[in-house]
Amino acid sequence: MVSLDLLLNALAAGLLLGGFYAAVSLGISMAFGLLDIVNIAHPVFVILGSYAAYIMNARFGFDPILTGVLFTPVFYVLGVVLYRIYYASFERKGAESLRGLVFFFGVLFIVEVSLLLAFGVDYRMVEARYIGESIHIGPVGLAYRLLVPFVVGVMLTGALYWFLARTFYGRAVQAVAQDAFALRLMGANPFKVKSIAFGLAIATAALAGALLIMIGPVEPALNREYIGRVFAVAVLGGMGSISGTLVAALLLGVAESLTATFSGPSWSVAVSFAVLLLALAVRPAGLFGR
Amino acid sequence: MMWTWTRSRTCAVLAVIAALVFGAWPASAQEPIKIGFGMALTGGLAAGGKSCVIAMQLWADDVNKKGGLLGRKVQLVYYDDQTKGATVPGIYSKLLDVDKVHFVVSGYGTNLIAPAMPIVMERKLVFPALFGLANNEKHNYPGYFQIMPAGPRPALDWTNTFLEVAIRQTPKAQTIAIVGADAEYPHNAIAGMRENVKKAGLKVVYDSFYPPTTVDFTPIARAIKALNPDIVFVASYPPDTAGMVLAAHEVGLRPKLFGGGMVGLQFAALLTKLGPKLNGIVNYDFWVPEPTLKFPGIDEFLKRYQAQAAKEGVDPLGHYLPPWAYSYVQVLGQAIEGTKSLDQQKVAEYIRSKEHDTIVGKVKFGGNGEWAQSRVLQVQFQGIDSGDIAQFHKPGKRVVLWPEKFKSGNIIYPYEKALK
Amino acid sequence: MSGRAFAVAAVVVIAGGLLVAGLGLNQYYYFAAYVVLQYVVLATAWNILGGYTGYVNFGTPAFFALGAYTAVVLIKWLKAPLLAQLVAGAVVAGLLGLAIGYLTLRLRGVFFSIATLALTVVLQTMFVNWEYTGGARGISLARPATAPFYGSYVQFVFAVMVILAVLAVATAWCIERSWIGRGFAAIRDNEEAAECMGVPTLRLKLLATTVSGMLMGLAGAPFPFYITFVEPASVFDLNYAVNSLAMPMIGGTTTWVGPVIGAVLLGSAQQIATVTISSELNLLLVGVILVAFVILAPEGIVGLVRRLSRRDPA
Repeated sequence: MVSLDLLLNALAAGLLLGGFYAAVSLGISMAFGLLDIVNIAHPVFVILGSYAAYIMNARFGFDPILTGVLFTPVFYVLGVVLYRIYYASFERKGAESLRGLVFFFGVLFIVEVSLLLAFGVDYRMVEARYIGESIHIGPVGLAYRLLVPFVVGVMLTGALYWFLARTFYGRAVQAVAQDAFALRLMGANPFKVKSIAFGLAIATAALAGALLIMIGPVEPALNREYIGRVFAVAVLGGMGSISGTLVAALLLGVAESLTATFSGPSWSVAVSFAVLLLALAVRPAGLFGR
Repeated sequence: MMWTWTRSRTCAVLAVIAALVFGAWPASAQEPIKIGFGMALTGGLAAGGKSCVIAMQLWADDVNKKGGLLGRKVQLVYYDDQTKGATVPGIYSKLLDVDKVHFVVSGYGTNLIAPAMPIVMERKLVFPALFGLANNEKHNYPGYFQIMPAGPRPALDWTNTFLEVAIRQTPKAQTIAIVGADAEYPHNAIAGMRENVKKAGLKVVYDSFYPPTTVDFTPIARAIKALNPDIVFVASYPPDTAGMVLAAHEVGLRPKLFGGGMVGLQFAALLTKLGPKLNGIVNYDFWVPEPTLKFPGIDEFLKRYQAQAAKEGVDPLGHYLPPWAYSYVQVLGQAIEGTKSLDQQKVAEYIRSKEHDTIVGKVKFGGNGEWAQSRVLQVQFQGIDSGDIAQFHKPGKRVVLWPEKFKSGNIIYPYEKALK
Repeated sequence: MSGRAFAVAAVVVIAGGLLVAGLGLNQYYYFAAYVVLQYVVLATAWNILGGYTGYVNFGTPAFFALGAYTAVVLIKWLKAPLLAQLVAGAVVAGLLGLAIGYLTLRLRGVFFSIATLALTVVLQTMFVNWEYTGGARGISLARPATAPFYGSYVQFVFAVMVILAVLAVATAWCIERSWIGRGFAAIRDNEEAAECMGVPTLRLKLLATTVSGMLMGLAGAPFPFYITFVEPASVFDLNYAVNSLAMPMIGGTTTWVGPVIGAVLLGSAQQIATVTISSELNLLLVGVILVAFVILAPEGIVGLVRRLSRRDPA
C-alpha cells in the first residue's frame, strides 16, 4: 500500500516534526554536551514557555511566536540564576554530576507543581489563525501548525550555530567545553561564559514552549513525556553539536512519521527509542560526536 | 488547603443556621454520617477528579441544608489517589479502619476503581462507582453500582450507539477505520467496537493504535485518508483528540461519519479552542444542555458548580462529569433515607431494586450493577462559528441524535456537508 | 556493625515483622508499611548499582514492572503460588540486569542512564501491546481467598515484604563487607585505574547490574497480589525511578544504611502526606526536600550524622 504520495507526505511530516524536536532539544544539547550539566528539568522549562504563550494569547491575543521571542530574555535571566545556584552548590565544590542530576529532578518537581497550583490541571491551547490550516505544494500538504515550528526550530538552530561559531562568547563556550583552565589563561572567566551559555540554553525553552502549545494542548505534567525524547535527540546528535542535534531531530521525526504512516503508529515511539539504544550500543558518541 | 477550610467553616455556619431553623439541636450533636473515597486530585485524571469533589461537596451541602440524612449531618472524607492505582488499597483501608467511614464510594476512572474492588468485596460493602468501564465484568459483585450510563454490556453498548447512528443514514456506509490511543479506555472501547462492526457487517479497512505520547497526528490521518473509509471511529484522550481533529482538517480527511469515542470534546478547554473545527463531528456524550435532557435540578446544580469551578481552575462548563459525581452520592443518600438504615446490605438492596430520581434523570441499575439500559448519547456538533464559551451553555450546538428518546435534532450527513 | 550483630538484627527484624503481621492490626497500617518496605527494597537495589559502582540507573520501573508482569503471567498461566512468582520475577529481572550490564561495556556515565531510560520506554511499549497480560487495558487478578499463615492476604504480603526488605539489605551489607564491595568502589572512583590494577571490572559490573535487577524484580513480584490490578502505566511509573534514586541520595549512598533511612523517611513522609495534605503540595514537598538535601547535605543523612559526630568530641 506504499504509494509515492503517502511516502512523500510522511517524509515531509517527519521533517516538520523533526524541526520542532530540534527546538526542544537544543537547550539540552548545549547544557549537557557543552557545559556537562545534566539538566533533566529542561522539558519543564519548555512547558513553562508554553504557559507564557498561553497567558499572553488568552489575555492579549498575542501570537505564540511573538510571546516566545518576548520571553527569551526572561528565560535567559532565569537560566543565569539557576546556573549560579548550581555553580555555588555543586560545580564549585567539584561535586559529582549525580548530585546535580538529583538537583534538577527536584527543580522539575517544583516548577511542575507551581504550574499546577497556578493554572490547575486542565489542558491549555492557544488560538492563532493558521492553526488547523495547511498549505499544499504539489501532492504534499504541510500543516501550518507544524510548518511554523519547523521554520522557527531551524532558524533557532542556525542562530545558535552562528553564535557558537562566529562570536567571541560563542567560541569561549566551545572552549570551556574542552578546557576551562586554558580558557582562564586566555583571560576569559569560565563562570561568566558558562552562565551565558546556560542562560541561552534555557532561553531556547521559551520559544520551544511556544511551538509546543501551537502543536497541541499542554498540561503541566506533559514535560515528562519529553524527557526521553530530548535526551535521545541530544545523544544521537553527538552531545553539544548543534548541527548534529538538528540532523538527529530530523531523523527521529522522520522515523516516527514513517512508522506511524506505514506499519501502524503503535510502535512509533518505541522505534525511535530502539534506534537510540542501537546507536548507543554501536556508536555511543552519537552520530556527530567528536 | 485554604478552600476546604473556608468551606468547612461555611458548612459549620450553615449547620448552625439549619439547627436554629429546624430546632434540631440534638440531631446536630450526633456523629455525622461519613462517606469516604479516594479521588484523583493530582496526576493524569486530576482535572476530572477535582471537579467531582466540587460536585460531591455541593451534594453534601444540599443534604445538610435540609437537615442531613436520618437527622445526621453528612461529611465527606477523601484523599488524593494521585491517579495511581497503587495508592488506592491504602486509602480505602485508611478510610474504613482508621477514619471509620460509614460508606465508601469509588474514585474517578476504571484504573482507580479496580484496585478498590477486593477490599470492598471482602467486606461486602455497597460501592457506588464513578466512570469505570466494565469494572464488574469479572467479579459480578452485587454491591457495585456504576453511575456512568454505558449499559448492561458496557464495552459493547458504549460504542454500538455510534453504529446505530451510522446504519440509519443514506448513502449507507460500507467501510470503517478504527483508531485509538494505546491506553485503557480506548482499548476497551475498540475491543467492543470490533465486535459491533462484525455484527453490522462493515468492512474494517484500518485498525490501529497510536502511543499516547504521539506529537504529530497528520501521518495517521493521512494514512486513513488514503484508504478512503466511510466511517472513522476514534477512541482518544483529550490531547490526542485535539491532535486528531486538527490533523483531520489539515489533511482533508472527509469520511461520511467522523468521531465516536473521543474524550475531551465534552470539556470547555477543547470546545472553545477547536471551535468551528468541531462542526459535523458525531461523538459520545452523557449530558448536554438540550431541551430533551432538562432534568429537575440540573440547571440549578450547574449554576452553583460553575461558580465554584471558576475559582479552582477546573472545567468551567461541568456538563460531563460533575452531574454524575453528584448523582452517584445522591443515589446513595436516597437509599440511606429510603431504608432508614446504615446497613450495607439493605442499602445495596434498595439501590438495586428501585428506580432513582437524580439530576441526570431516572437511574435504574441492572443485574451487574451497570445501568439496566444504555444511555450513551451520540451528539453532533452543529453551527459552531467561534470559540466563544457562551454558545456551549445553550442548546443547539451539540444536537442529540441517539437514543431516540432524547433526540433533539437531525443529523447533517455526510460529515462534509456540515463543514460548509 | 559486626557480622554477628547484623545477623541478630536481621533475625529480630524478621521475627518482629512476622509477629506484627500476625497481630491483625488495622489493615491500613499493613498497606502503608508494605509501600515503605517496597521502597526499602527498591532503594537498596538501586544503590547497589548506583551508589556502589556509580552507574545511575533510570530504569527502576522497567525492572519493577518486569517482576510484576512475570508474576502476572505465572498467575494467569499456572495459578502459581507467591513463592514461585517471587523466584521467577527475580530471575527474569536479573536477566534484564545482566543484559544492561553488557551495555556498560560501551556506555559510561550519563549515556548509560539514558540507555536505561530508553529501555524502559521500549519495554513499556511491549507490554502495552501484549494482549496476554491485558495490554494497555490492564488485567484484573483474583488473589487466593485464603492466605497462608495469616488471616488475610494483606498481612501475608506485608510479612513477605518484611523478609524481602531484610534480604535486600543483607545482600547490600554482604557486598559492602567483601572484596566485591571494594571492587565496586574502585569502579566508582576510577574505572580505568581499577581495570589496570587487575580488578575484574566487567564481571563485577555484571554482578552489580544482575543483583540490582533481581532485587527490583523481587520488589515488583508481589505487586499483582497486593493490588490485584496491573496495567502498564502504574508499574512503569516514573515515580519509581525518582524515588529509588532520591531515597539513597537523601539517606547517603555509600553505605547500606543510607537507602534504608532514605526510604523510611521519604516513604513514610509520602504516605502521611497522601492522607493529610492530599494535594499538589505533596509533590512539591518531594521537590523541595530533594533540592534542600543535595545542596545542604550532599552526603545524605548518614554523611550529616558523621560530620556532626566527628565535631562533637571536641
